[in-house]
Amino acid sequence: MSGFNLTRRGLVLGGGGLLLASCDRLTSAPNTTDFLRRNGEAATYGWQRLIQSNQGLAREFTKADISPMFKANGSTDPQDDDYLDHVDENFQNWVLKIDGLVMRPLAIPLQQFRQLPVRTQITRHDCVEGWSAIGEWSGPQLGPLLQRTGLQPNARFIVIHCADTLDGEPAKGGDQSAGRYYESFDLVDAFHPQTILAHTMNGMPLTVPHGAPIRLRVERQLGYKQAKYVQRIEVVDRLDKFGMGKGGYWEDRGYEWYAGI
Amino acid sequence: MASIAPTGFSEDGAPPISRRRLAYRHPLSRRINHWVNVIAVIMLLMTGLNIFNAHPALYWGQYGSEFDKPVLALRGESGKGVTHIGSHTIDTTGVLGWSGGENRGFPAWATIPGFRDLAAARNWHLFLAWVLILNGIAYFLFGLWNQHLRKDILPNRHDLAPSNIAHDITEHVKFKFPTGRDSNRYHVLQKFAYASLALVFLPGMVITGLSLSPGADAVFPGIVDLLGGRQSARTLHFVFMALTVGFIVVHVSLVLLAGFLNQMRSMITGWWAFDDDEVDPGIPTTLARKIAR
Repeated sequence: MSGFNLTRRGLVLGGGGLLLASCDRLTSAPNTTDFLRRNGEAATYGWQRLIQSNQGLAREFTKADISPMFKANGSTDPQDDDYLDHVDENFQNWVLKIDGLVMRPLAIPLQQFRQLPVRTQITRHDCVEGWSAIGEWSGPQLGPLLQRTGLQPNARFIVIHCADTLDGEPAKGGDQSAGRYYESFDLVDAFHPQTILAHTMNGMPLTVPHGAPIRLRVERQLGYKQAKYVQRIEVVDRLDKFGMGKGGYWEDRGYEWYAGI
Repeated sequence: MASIAPTGFSEDGAPPISRRRLAYRHPLSRRINHWVNVIAVIMLLMTGLNIFNAHPALYWGQYGSEFDKPVLALRGESGKGVTHIGSHTIDTTGVLGWSGGENRGFPAWATIPGFRDLAAARNWHLFLAWVLILNGIAYFLFGLWNQHLRKDILPNRHDLAPSNIAHDITEHVKFKFPTGRDSNRYHVLQKFAYASLALVFLPGMVITGLSLSPGADAVFPGIVDLLGGRQSARTLHFVFMALTVGFIVVHVSLVLLAGFLNQMRSMITGWWAFDDDEVDPGIPTTLARKIAR
């Protein structure tokens, strides 16, 4: 009997090994993961947009809840020449542009941008890797700025152009190829009251590791959607002409565009 | 008048002798639910461990990262892997913290894919979560409709009598499994195990998993608070996973011990073989809805 059991165990283990080897090929095949991501993401986007109200707020915390240390991830010290020049100039010449499918394109120098009315919110940042940190963010809401520029009728998304080139994140594994960071959102998130262009974090001007001088906050999605070093917001009707066509740096490397889970 | 002798009696009217019979125990819906669940749970487990490896530490409260004190952390450095649990440190080189020559939370053989790939693991995990949820809903609807949950899974007053529980524990300790007619129902420990999985562990996985979603948290912040915060929910997601793994280990061991082939047949074809020790084969027990003559 024990002989039989041993044989069976041998069979199970051997079979399991074979299964695992073919499993890796299957589980990481781009066609398979694309299929799973498309459908899983459509389901997530569908039910979350169904139960969320467009104005529904992410949980806000009190000052007592703020993390002692807020981890900086992804780009923490961009080496792009253009960005380094801005750092040397203390961002004196940084200009935020809003253009694309708008009626009146905007170009706001940072000094002027910092004079705009702000929204301050203490929120929890949830990284796709699993960790969380709570911080206080202040900056103008994106919605009123988009109302100032006016949208053309075929506007459907906003694309956030960033100043940093990222070459992966070893903790995540998978595709680690370098690329200019960018992100994109639907108009529900673009006009959400908590969608702000933060220039202040925990009461201090934003530091380079956290995205100086401007970082987007979209509080009902994961950390990789919180684009740093924001230079330009482009209103568009489709996303396939940017980067590798999936709507963001991490999206081009296999992650969900709608990162509500 | 041998032709009217009840089945099970010998022709000369001697006391009944046991006779091998087949009982139809699992309808098709339940067998499909079971095997879909097997695939979904195992793949959710292994893709989940791959996701965990992107940040192999757990915390209590709303926030937690490298700068905060973990309740559990798997760490590896220069060939040595350690597991921190609270203030204890255990050397787990080769399995947890360090394996396959690199810093890695869970080893390659426990994860899908077998290498670090958070994106692919998430694609699978979030898709299979839907499979688990829809399969679970179907299980509950069928279980309520055919009364499987009430009659077979939930313990009744007789089951819960202390003497009955004590008896069932003794039987399990002696590895004595029910035979004959009595094998056509679940006994109290078995009911506890199945009820825990179906009503606590797997629903717990789904609720704690959804609590990790910032989109869902914006709608139901109270659930996250109830669980002690987002990082607590992540820790509890891991605890429910461990409980589910515990169930699987016990369940598979008992299936092997209690007659592997018969158990597999009943979950594949629906039919369970037993030595019938009663006179009238026509009266099924709760689990055996019909018995073949």
